[in-house]
Amino acid sequence: MATITPALETHGHGHDHAHGHHEQTFIQKYVFSTDHKVIGIQFLITTLLMLMVGGALALAVRWQLAFPWENMPIVGKLFGVFQGEGGQISPEFYTMLFTMHASVMIFLVIIPVLAGAFGNFLIPLQIGADDMAFPVLNMLSYWFMWPAIFCFGYSFIAGGATAGPANGWTSYPVLSDIASASPSSGEAQTWWLFGLTLVGVSSMMGSVNYMTTIINMRAPGMTLFRMPLTIWSMFITAILQAFALPVLTAAGFMLVFDRLHTLIPTSIHSVFFVPAGLVVNNAAPTVGGGQPLLWQHLFWFYSHPAVYIMLLPAMGMVSDMLACMCRKPVFGYKPMVYSMAAIAGLGFIVWGHHMFTSGMNPALGMTFMTSTMMIALPSAIKVFNWIGTIWDGDIQFNAVFLNCAAFVALFIVGGLSGIFMAAVPVDIYFHDTYFIVAHFHYVLFGATLFGVFAGVQFWFPKMWGREMHDGVQKVHFVLTFIGMNGTFFPMHLLGIAGMPRRYADPYLHGYLEHLLPMNQFMTISAIIMGFAQFLLLGNFFYSIFYGKKVGRNPWNANGLEWSAPSPPGHGNFDVPPVCYRGPYEYSGPESEALGQDFILQTTAPPAGVKVAAAHH
Amino acid sequence: MKKFWALFFWFWPLVALYLCVIAPGRNWWFPSKPLSTLGHQIDGLFYLILIIVTVTFVGTEFALGYALWKGATKNPSSRAWFSHGSHKLEIVWTIVPAFVLVFISLTQLDVLADIRVLSRFPDSVKEAPVAEVMARQFEWRIRYPKPGTDLMTSPQPGDLYYVNEVHVPAAVPTMINLRTQDVQHAFFVPRLRVKQDAVPGLVIPVWFEIEEAGDYELLCAELCGWGHYKMKARIVAESPEGVSAYLTRLEREQNEDGVQEAETASVE
Repeated sequence: MATITPALETHGHGHDHAHGHHEQTFIQKYVFSTDHKVIGIQFLITTLLMLMVGGALALAVRWQLAFPWENMPIVGKLFGVFQGEGGQISPEFYTMLFTMHASVMIFLVIIPVLAGAFGNFLIPLQIGADDMAFPVLNMLSYWFMWPAIFCFGYSFIAGGATAGPANGWTSYPVLSDIASASPSSGEAQTWWLFGLTLVGVSSMMGSVNYMTTIINMRAPGMTLFRMPLTIWSMFITAILQAFALPVLTAAGFMLVFDRLHTLIPTSIHSVFFVPAGLVVNNAAPTVGGGQPLLWQHLFWFYSHPAVYIMLLPAMGMVSDMLACMCRKPVFGYKPMVYSMAAIAGLGFIVWGHHMFTSGMNPALGMTFMTSTMMIALPSAIKVFNWIGTIWDGDIQFNAVFLNCAAFVALFIVGGLSGIFMAAVPVDIYFHDTYFIVAHFHYVLFGATLFGVFAGVQFWFPKMWGREMHDGVQKVHFVLTFIGMNGTFFPMHLLGIAGMPRRYADPYLHGYLEHLLPMNQFMTISAIIMGFAQFLLLGNFFYSIFYGKKVGRNPWNANGLEWSAPSPPGHGNFDVPPVCYRGPYEYSGPESEALGQDFILQTTAPPAGVKVAAAHH
Repeated sequence: MKKFWALFFWFWPLVALYLCVIAPGRNWWFPSKPLSTLGHQIDGLFYLILIIVTVTFVGTEFALGYALWKGATKNPSSRAWFSHGSHKLEIVWTIVPAFVLVFISLTQLDVLADIRVLSRFPDSVKEAPVAEVMARQFEWRIRYPKPGTDLMTSPQPGDLYYVNEVHVPAAVPTMINLRTQDVQHAFFVPRLRVKQDAVPGLVIPVWFEIEEAGDYELLCAELCGWGHYKMKARIVAESPEGVSAYLTRLEREQNEDGVQEAETASVE
């Protein structure tokens, strides 16, 4: 086979070898762009900004828990909405705060930063394609985020300061269904549902695109088992999205039909989730034969797989980064793939564990308990393999590695605390207490966000041709890690002490009074953690313009993306990539023959080296 | 600096572990020992899982820290270990956790059935709920049957009502019917380890056996609106005689029209 070697450092900028194209206007190039890299970066910057919004909401929640009913510093005076409350957070506002914190973090940060930002940016580059299969669909998937952000944003204004969407991110009917049930269940809830649906549309367009691209557009030689684990995770995530999301969309429309008359009095008024005879706030008794548990089943049928949508891509990315930073192949590549597939498969049959106290049939509880216990198994296998990957590696102790190691360390906590709530009798006590809050923050923040912090720095050079400052990232890592554990680890203890979630003032109850100092400590930790994120943002935006310039492969990594120019031009590769091996052949005989500890997937096998690594 | 990072990853699990060890002494643990029969079983299962989880936590975090330590103290001239994994290890660390997880799962089934499956409820309570607890925004409305009669699903003329206080007998199995008048709520009694959602349209039986007479906090554990946090009520467990005395008193108060007593007073 002919060897194709890109002249590595001579090209400052990639030539568009395949498409002769016309000069693009600024708007075509940077705003309504169909280039997957631009779309990925658009997603990344949007989600990083939304991360700060969600973080600000969280800090307000923490303020109320540490200093209940005290005037908020600075913000309390700044915004008119608090004036009526004398600078306090009202209970209505508090319920809105945690609802929107969760909604923003889940739907506008975690899901779009993984699938939207990294999925878009990395899939074509790592499989050696020039772009996504459907570039216009891809562009639309980003631009559908903005109507969603608008709907979520407008829902704050629609009802005024005390009537924002405040029914929890789970929005259980009947509370979210009947307008008289709560001030927040008026117009705001309907706009919130529109926002949710639009996020779903965006995700669906992305997922169809990812599946098609990964199946059809891999470079020559890029067999399925030579794909980086990032691509496997994106592929499996896309499948999860495609099969689970329609259920949520359908449920969302059912709830919208139940509620549409609050916006348009003459419109449809169904009662999918409302049983007969409820007297809500002295309104006339309800009519109809709906079932509130139906929403819980439909909602969690999507939202449990969604938990893995919020985690799997980070697992894949961390596997890639760990291999590179330890200069070692991923330990157990195929078990890693199979366990991700197992997580995805089992992910569809565990939704009932959110409903152990809901009054569903106890026989279902037993079934869901067993399936939920079993989903811990692939997660455990992955943890062991990550430790195996680090074992005896030539570790590069940079911030990328530290964030990845934190991912593993904190995912262990999140995974193990999950076992308590998989066990139904124990969950009966822990359900809806802070133990649950601790658990999912360890998974979503401890694991996913630390994976994202690592990923931002790792792929930054490919996005901008410059690198982020590693020292600043290390400071950010330490502050975030300490703040994160200081905030969320005590939540386990609060949960054991029986402190329920979503309480504007838990200290009303005598047996929780003594937990106030602990909550104050947690709030201080959260403030440290929140402000540490400015280091990340500052470093990110500063480095775009002033970071140290780097070449194509600053990390000496193996993936196809590192054979493209940094940043890659339109069409990505200056030399059509051919893939000769798996992505993790660090420190192997082939690389040794070249006198280095890595070998790009595109590098032809050096003469005289027996390649045993083609199948492993 | 490399060693610092390895120590950093060794250090924080120790802090976490230390925090958990001192927590019970600092009152950062269960609000009290379990005070219902099922509560003992639930706590027993909790501690079983806690032991398994702690061993796993210490083991994996130590291994992770050790892997970092090895990397930090590595001879810089030697290359990384070129390995794609080990089939044997994969089998071991698949089968061992699988057994542990199935074991945990099996240990839960009996207790779960005792808590939730109607046919496993104690015979004495199966057909005899002592009260109906009706949740509404943001209070608990209690309905007792007229003393000497059974509780009916729909309200009866002689029924007795009270708000935010449930009197139940201690030391015998007791069952209540849980309902909601409006949105979802959840019946949560931390010291008894009891929690059950109240679902619109359903009547859900909840049973427990309180071991000691006393007051127990009752809270709502399912978001039910802005006042969710203040659905504060109490369960008063007392001797069966105490409960019937209470009900008699409640009946008298409820049927009190204010006339009779005034007359008696004026005669005297």
